[in-house]
Amino acid sequence: MRVNLTVNGRATAADDVWEGESLLYVLRERLGLPGAKNACEQGECGSCTVYLDGTPVCACLVAAGQAEGREVVTVEGLSRGDAPLPGAGPAHGDVSGEGLHEVQRAFLDAGAVQCGFCTPGLVVQAHALLAEADGVPSDADIREALAGNLCRCTGYEKILDAVRLAATRLGPPP
Amino acid sequence: MTTRLFGEPVQRREDPRLITGRGRYLDDLGAGALAAAFVRSPHAHARILDVDVSDALDVDGLVAIYTWEDLPGALAEPLPLLIPHPALTHGRTAYPLAREIVRHVGEPVVMVVARDRYLAEDACALIRVGYEVLKPVVGLEEAAGGAHLVHDDVPGNIGAHLVQEVPGPGGETAREAVDAAPHRLEFRLDVERSACTPLEGKGVYARWDADDASLRVYSSTQTSTSVRMAIAAKLGLPLPKVEVVAPDVGGGFGVKIVHPWPEEILVPWAARLLNRELKWTEDRREHFVSSSHERGQVQHVRVGFDDDGRLLGLEVEILHDHGAYTPYGIIVPIITSTQLLGPYKVGAYRVEFSSVYTNTVQVTPYRGAGRPQGVFCMERTMDKIAAYLGRDRTEVRAANFVQPDEFPYDQGLTFQDGRPLIYDSGDYPEALRMLKELIGWDSFPEEKARAAAEGRRIGIGVGCYVEGTGVGPYEGGHVQITSDGRVHVSTGLTSQGQGHETVFAQIAATELGVPIERVSVVTGDTRRFGYAVGTFASRAAVMSGNAIALACRKVREKALRIAAEALEADPRDLEITDGMVHVAGAPSASIPLATVAVLSNPLRYAFDEEAKRATQFAGPASDDRPPVAEGEEPGLEGRDYYSPVRSTFAAGMHAAIVETDPDTAEIRILRYAVVHDCGRLINPMIVEGQIHGGVAQGVGGALYEKMVYDEHGQLLNASFMDFLMPYATEIPRIETAHLETPSPLNPLGIKGAGEAGVIPVSAVLAAAIEDAEGIPIDRMPISPSDLHTLRRSR
Repeated sequence: MRVNLTVNGRATAADDVWEGESLLYVLRERLGLPGAKNACEQGECGSCTVYLDGTPVCACLVAAGQAEGREVVTVEGLSRGDAPLPGAGPAHGDVSGEGLHEVQRAFLDAGAVQCGFCTPGLVVQAHALLAEADGVPSDADIREALAGNLCRCTGYEKILDAVRLAATRLGPPP
Repeated sequence: MTTRLFGEPVQRREDPRLITGRGRYLDDLGAGALAAAFVRSPHAHARILDVDVSDALDVDGLVAIYTWEDLPGALAEPLPLLIPHPALTHGRTAYPLAREIVRHVGEPVVMVVARDRYLAEDACALIRVGYEVLKPVVGLEEAAGGAHLVHDDVPGNIGAHLVQEVPGPGGETAREAVDAAPHRLEFRLDVERSACTPLEGKGVYARWDADDASLRVYSSTQTSTSVRMAIAAKLGLPLPKVEVVAPDVGGGFGVKIVHPWPEEILVPWAARLLNRELKWTEDRREHFVSSSHERGQVQHVRVGFDDDGRLLGLEVEILHDHGAYTPYGIIVPIITSTQLLGPYKVGAYRVEFSSVYTNTVQVTPYRGAGRPQGVFCMERTMDKIAAYLGRDRTEVRAANFVQPDEFPYDQGLTFQDGRPLIYDSGDYPEALRMLKELIGWDSFPEEKARAAAEGRRIGIGVGCYVEGTGVGPYEGGHVQITSDGRVHVSTGLTSQGQGHETVFAQIAATELGVPIERVSVVTGDTRRFGYAVGTFASRAAVMSGNAIALACRKVREKALRIAAEALEADPRDLEITDGMVHVAGAPSASIPLATVAVLSNPLRYAFDEEAKRATQFAGPASDDRPPVAEGEEPGLEGRDYYSPVRSTFAAGMHAAIVETDPDTAEIRILRYAVVHDCGRLINPMIVEGQIHGGVAQGVGGALYEKMVYDEHGQLLNASFMDFLMPYATEIPRIETAHLETPSPLNPLGIKGAGEAGVIPVSAVLAAAIEDAEGIPIDRMPISPSDLHTLRRSR
């Protein structure tokens, strides 16, 4: 079947899609967007987190057909100025110098990345948290928001630092 | 000086691609390649009767099906036993595809190649393998009983048995010392299995170039050079015709140092046979049941000590669960046996281990590699002595420390590298002082009393370790400055998230006096550097870091020599700053390294403006000597190796405060403090990250993670839903302090840091829970329900 969807602001279509295929497979194998990672295929690790109509989802748990006519934003879409970010205020859609989003820049500055395999999912999830947050979220709120994302390298501390840093820099949503 | 970067928290140079989805991991490569999938044994122990593929042949898109019978030559032999040892009298390894017998659930039996992974798995589901189920051997003590055998020709299931013994100061044996000691304790400890569980599983992608008769293999490995040699040997290819590249790797923690994995030779073999690109990406369940586990041990301890808690003799007997095979030899129990000693002088010591086969996933090193078990043993021993004598737990430890003026300190044992266990440097009393201050050890009793008055149970624990890091035999580094002024650094070992591109660039920039932006680093690519060992044993910074520094020094010396000639100066008066060679104190007399690079390579042909300067008619040259002087080489590049006489010993001490819920037995970590000494720090931000990650894995191993096998040898929790790795909600903030006692063994004075964080965590949390509850904790991990059971059985 053919699946029509908008990915990172661009209308696109994937052909020859099998009904049981996951959105993750479509993104990675058919649309050439390997940013979202496949680490468990059962929605436990969050490495494949993408926006679906503005809500972060595990792309491995979304059937390809469910994405028909909908809007997907992946980690690749966060660092481009031309990608409108559903559910995010204009401040959160801003991309700072060198094309990085503030959340990505904060991950860089805080040293929140090690192997980087979980990072795309965490970047999207942190982006979603900050799109909703009023100021710097509490420690408990950050931990809760990231509680669907496994990281085996960092012990999370510098990821939490990155979220706080990004929140401080972004300020409250307008 | 802008180029002094060693020791600075420099931002990671690999991150821009990783945070934007532009990293390229194994499964991100090879779009359009054929996909491999495997039929794996559903039984822990069985004889293969027949393989019926007839239904699978109808799958549209099927390309090939292979069993052991199809494998030619060396490929049909058992996989290599990578690290032989005289005590490993009955080492056994698996066949790439099972031959007659399967010995654990998950062992590969049939390989299927199809147009894509969905189709390959469909075909797998249609292949029927007939089995005669044999009696599975599950459980360490059951296996050691030897009633049933994992391998018919391994009596008692004992693969290896090793005793190491060090007499006491008066020549007494450990047995004599313990028997004669004023006080004695005897007890048993249990540590469960866990596993590395990197977020990215294993994976292999192979491209055969039929025109060139060459093979390029990408593997998510911790050792590309050794995978390359294994592939060349198994496939009968000349080594120069095989290239192996480790792309971005999504974590390793030890499991990816094992090689060649069956898939690492089967996929290249089939790619060549089919003359098609072929890829296999491990899925999560496959990783649980067909890679490696670690940690499982039972320890019996006898210890003798004096009134001050000073050890006089220590005897430890270890049963080590090795799973079904021993491809990595007996490195793990050797490390347990030796690193158990920690920062202490133990008097007379005797350690004996038996490595036992079971019908479970094989055991190979997982971050810490046997040390967490050894440290659990020693630190529980210290706490038991303190409890017995009614002394402060840190006092008993301090009474046994190797003192700062006693280095180098010879523990009298043989370490995992086959070399003597000699500690090179450290300051254990200072580390303990720092830790006690950081956690507030001395004021904790009041805190505990206040909590108790509120009906809360809190406890504090401490744990110390010494970690042999930077094991040999060697690593190398190559550094080239090209005529555009860029610096290209390569080393053969691989990266799995440690930030090597950053720290090696820091070293090169500092050594050469160039801006870090001009330095690029390549690791784990045999096209760039062919001689290497791999990334394990907290060795990358020590080994490749020093090798790269030495290579840089060669390049620097050459650059100064050429520049001196051009500037008509004495090389000894020259410095390099920001990529410019200049006379010290006279910045105007200078020449860019880029130009030096041009001059280093006498040319016949000009290809750009810069190159013209090095051509044969460009300027005055000495007629009486060849353009490339005797003993010289063209180009501004250098290669060097670092091969240490023995390991360098990092150390650290952790402390934790936990709270246990009186009703639910939930265990919560209130504070976690780390004092860590890995010699000179190259990048404190990266070292901290390594410690945090290690502690998190330690917390997982102490409180959440275990491999739950049933009596049939089925792994019941082979998924992220059931194997409980910690999330951000489980890991506390980790307070760290660094102590730097440089290693005298290497030019940069550094020690390894990769594994450190994980090592003492089980011991520390056991101690803290014990302190909160007043119940001996002799088994890890401990869940709320375990604690509940312990409370009821008291």
